[in-house]
Amino acid sequence: MSEAALRLSDVSFSYTKRQVLDEVSFTLNPGEFCVLLGVNGAGKTTLFSLITRLFISGGGSIDIYGYDLKRQSRKALAQLGVVFQQPTLDLDLSLTQNLHYHCALQGINPNKIGDRIEMAMEEVGLADRMADRVRALSGGQRRRVELVRALLHQPRLLLADEPTVGLDIHSRQAILKQVRERCQQDGIGVLWATHLVDEVEPEDQVVILHDGKVLASDKANQIMQQTETDSVKQAFNQLTGSDSA
Amino acid sequence: MKAGQYFRCLWGIFLREGLRFLHQRERFFGALVRPLVWLFIFAAGFRSVLGVSIIPPYETYILYEEYIVPGLAAMILLFSGMQSSLSMVYDREMGSMRMLMVSPFPRWYLLLCKLTAGTLVAIAQVYVFLGIAWFWDVQPPLMGYLLAFPALLLSGLMMGALGLLLSSAIKQLENFAGVMNFVIFPMFFASSALYPLWRIKDSSLFLYEICRFNPFTHAVELIRFSLYGQIGWTAFFVVVGSLLLFLAGALYGYDPARGLMSRKQGGG
Repeated sequence: MSEAALRLSDVSFSYTKRQVLDEVSFTLNPGEFCVLLGVNGAGKTTLFSLITRLFISGGGSIDIYGYDLKRQSRKALAQLGVVFQQPTLDLDLSLTQNLHYHCALQGINPNKIGDRIEMAMEEVGLADRMADRVRALSGGQRRRVELVRALLHQPRLLLADEPTVGLDIHSRQAILKQVRERCQQDGIGVLWATHLVDEVEPEDQVVILHDGKVLASDKANQIMQQTETDSVKQAFNQLTGSDSA
Repeated sequence: MKAGQYFRCLWGIFLREGLRFLHQRERFFGALVRPLVWLFIFAAGFRSVLGVSIIPPYETYILYEEYIVPGLAAMILLFSGMQSSLSMVYDREMGSMRMLMVSPFPRWYLLLCKLTAGTLVAIAQVYVFLGIAWFWDVQPPLMGYLLAFPALLLSGLMMGALGLLLSSAIKQLENFAGVMNFVIFPMFFASSALYPLWRIKDSSLFLYEICRFNPFTHAVELIRFSLYGQIGWTAFFVVVGSLLLFLAGALYGYDPARGLMSRKQGGG
């Protein structure tokens, strides 16, 4: 059984006539923070939909910790924690109710992990807001709750689809820091989709996705070396032939 | 996954639907006002125009109000089924549907839990409506209220499954209004909810056949008979058959490998 947290092999997908992903392949190891970098429309969200089995890929295979997503989908999904691009908290329910609902969907008794919930909420500074409705929280606070929720069942692979979009710089930094810490401390694999190059650190694994194709897949500093550029932004622009990141 | 975990998942979905309903009081009153307007105003106005002869399950002449109460109970289930279908489309557009879909439980189980939870919420509304109708002198035997529960559950599940099927086929929220007009109103009016089928047969044989094939007619009759301690077997089989058919279609629609979901959305 493969030990890769996530392995995509020649994954393709099309919406009726439009090819959105074309033979996408890359591997993400446990404990690795991998940035999936691409402009809007590059195919990042579609790729996330395939990894979360909202769609089924037309070709290729996706393995999560050795579980084939097509044949062993439930075991594969059980390894996942997901922060979607769109907010998915129920605005009319309290933080506690939202987290308990998530526990139910994972088959976990929330009372048994009460301490874990409390600790996680303390970490993000929202322990005293547990009874508040989500509607009363700011955008950054909601994102942090979504992150706590995604990690509550202790997944081995975290998928985050542009989780910092629309947030102020402080909220962005706080969320990134939180995820990087969990990645290092708990050894979970993280696939972090973004179009913001300033979220990439030199030691991060980077997959550059453009028009549904993988243009590069390596450590950020390696990609800079290969493209003979001084920054990820320059490397990205050179590879994609654009100036939009 | 163990049996206890399945139960926890079911309970969690029930709790969420219940809490959502309690938090949306306007939805509750909206759902209740609609049939009450029909009962208090429409039925009173039409009482003298639409005489109802003795037809099973009734053993005596009844007032028109008494006749339409089972139809209005079914109407609550119909609107609720469509409402939860609407919320599925909304949830899908807004993202919270994804939360449900990435759970490691089988997808059919998750959809069934959601469907049942929505139906139970609708049944609670029906009982509040029946309680109010009691004070309006529509008083079926007390045992009928208990016996109506399985009929309400089956009918509610059938309409919820239809809603689920529609939600899997509807691309965007904006398209929903059209579907409502093409589904809810024809289903409701071309049924025995407001007038007995023999009256329709008198005016149009063609319309009568449409009403006879309308599963909503059978849901109404199943509820009507059960409220008076009887079982309408034809209605029972049609409702169960339609439920299975709609459910199979909905599960197909939400299957990422074959269904209609898979080619719907674009992305970043």
